[in-house]
Amino acid sequence: MENLIIIGSGPAGYTAAIYAARANLAPILFEGTEPGGQLMTTTDVENYPGFPKGITGPELMVIFKEQAERFGARIMGEIVTKVEFGNPSPQPSPIKGEGANGNSPPLVGGVRGGGFKVWANEKMYETRAVIIATGASAKRLGLENEKKLYGKGVSACATCDGFFFKDKTVVVVGGGDTAMEESTFLTKFAKKVYVVHRRDVLKASKIMQERAMKNPKIEFIWNTEVVDVLGADVGHVTGVVLSPSPQSPPIKGGEDLKNSSPLVGEARRGGTSRTLPCDGLFAAIGHEPNTKIFSGQIELDQKGYVVTRPGTTMTSVEGVFAGGDCVDFKYRQAVTAAGTGCEAAIDAERWLEAQEG
Amino acid sequence: MLTLTDQNFQTEVLNSKKPVLVDFWAPWCGPCKIMGPVVEELAKEYAGKPVKFGKMNVDENSAIPSKFGVMSIPTFILFKDGKPVEQFVGVQKKEYLQKKLDALIK
Repeated sequence: MENLIIIGSGPAGYTAAIYAARANLAPILFEGTEPGGQLMTTTDVENYPGFPKGITGPELMVIFKEQAERFGARIMGEIVTKVEFGNPSPQPSPIKGEGANGNSPPLVGGVRGGGFKVWANEKMYETRAVIIATGASAKRLGLENEKKLYGKGVSACATCDGFFFKDKTVVVVGGGDTAMEESTFLTKFAKKVYVVHRRDVLKASKIMQERAMKNPKIEFIWNTEVVDVLGADVGHVTGVVLSPSPQSPPIKGGEDLKNSSPLVGEARRGGTSRTLPCDGLFAAIGHEPNTKIFSGQIELDQKGYVVTRPGTTMTSVEGVFAGGDCVDFKYRQAVTAAGTGCEAAIDAERWLEAQEG
Repeated sequence: MLTLTDQNFQTEVLNSKKPVLVDFWAPWCGPCKIMGPVVEELAKEYAGKPVKFGKMNVDENSAIPSKFGVMSIPTFILFKDGKPVEQFVGVQKKEYLQKKLDALIK
């Protein structure tokens, strides 16, 4: 049986691996579908302490990984497809009762730390403790033609694909830091960048807003949504269909944004919608936690974020800990993810120690 | 692993009797860095089998990527008899690529 399995390979996962490896837990870390996490598709990270001149996201993650490997973490490229936390297999000498602290509910199954099952590539691993650090992934618009034109002008990675839009026109959807960062980055290549935002104010931090606002190549289109992507017939993006956002200013009977299915888009188009010719589309409309495989195993909130017990990183199941963006919808920074990954490793280490009794 | 260029693409890929998996990448692309070693591994594992592997740096070559509509990297295109038969965009599972390769060389 393993001591500790860490699921996820962003700042939280790797930091947990560094701490757990240094505590001689010989952790296994499964990298998952997006090795390195969200930082792999960012440009310069200018706010990670210790790098006064900035560092690129991918470079930072390579260093994280090296550091984890240096202390003996076993990093595996596999993807965890299933977990079983609720029914740990019977152990030879079960202990009953409390966990690490007196206030915690009794140990599930009353076993000595774990017996948790984790499947990666059809192979089952048993472990005494788990750290969930699966992070969050960028949301897509959810349009049929967006899917069809993925890789044909619709891109999920501005830093990777900006290059293909030299002297072209691109649309960025969103009003947060990511949208500002991507639009600013894309002006290195594109002749024109439209930022389409469903509100009339930006959510982005001041410094990012100012940078984008000052850029002569960037033009903002307020209170507007992208309801369709054009070009599926010719095999590459030729434009987008814009429609006034139902949220602001409010329109009577306007559908909720979440319901912007292609049909709704179609219905909305009458009269007020217009086509904006462009060559590329980048969505930066927020993130969703990667927690589907944990549904029914641990407590998740309504949006799917992992619920941890106040003051600790322990989830609703003793011995299962969580850190990083799969828990945190508020700060969502590389440095906070690394911080909570560290906490999860320390919590796991102490909990495992307590199980030894 | 072949290093493909706009110049040698015709000979190495389009005229190839064996199917070729081409990895379109660039040094600035994070996800490409993840997929690079995966394709290297596949090339080793499929040594001796009727399939070739090549990578093309899109920063140094533009004619071929634009001819095949590459607008996102990493993009992987499987060529057979000089024609693209499958195209995958973004990070791919190794097993998925294996499955596609196996289906093609059977």
